[in-house]
Amino acid sequence: MDVLAQITADGEQLISFGEALGAGFAYGLAAIGPAIGIGYLAGQSVQAMARQPEAAGMVRTTMFLGIAFTEALALIGFVVFILLKFA
Amino acid sequence: MGGSLVAPVEGHAPEPELARDLAKRGVFVAPAILVAAFIGWGLDGALSAGYALALVVANFLLAAAMLAWAGRISLALLMAAALGGYVLRLVLIFAAVMVVRNMGWVELVPLGLTIIVTHLGLLFWEMRYVSASLAYPGLRPSPAGARKE
Repeated sequence: MDVLAQITADGEQLISFGEALGAGFAYGLAAIGPAIGIGYLAGQSVQAMARQPEAAGMVRTTMFLGIAFTEALALIGFVVFILLKFA
Repeated sequence: MGGSLVAPVEGHAPEPELARDLAKRGVFVAPAILVAAFIGWGLDGALSAGYALALVVANFLLAAAMLAWAGRISLALLMAAALGGYVLRLVLIFAAVMVVRNMGWVELVPLGLTIIVTHLGLLFWEMRYVSASLAYPGLRPSPAGARKE
């Protein structure tokens, strides 16, 4: 019986470890992609504004919306994280 | 191009205008979101959805304020603000949710759903408006602005 209880306790620990690992990866990986995207987006926008300062307003509008859209991916990862970990 | 990177960005900053517009639309859709959350999860759900909506709007306003501030200084700082701002705002959202997650009124499902749906919904709404107007800096010009042109 003791062995069975030990196996059950180990299994529960393994499950909670897996949940924590999965939640951590969900958030971490979901944040990397948008970070690369925002870096590329901001870099290209700055280059465009430096080359054509008269178009800066339009570029900044597009950049702001682009950053917000890209950030949505990270927010989805964050929500998956909190639901996996705490819900 | 190196010299132009340390110069301020020309023209006025469109970001605060966009963020204010997003916030106005957020206030406009808030009753519908709160009612939907109330029907699904009760009063706790409505409170959680309200908190999530406030987080999303605050996130837009903070992003806009940071980019506008950085744009007044230099292009290089604008890029730094875009990248650093992303990390900073993710940390702030994480902290804001972690602070309240154990409180009695917090329902994580409506909180998470509202963050995603409101963020994307408001953006698509704003994008449609920006695309439809095709006016500098992207928003529909005011009658006073139209007369100037």
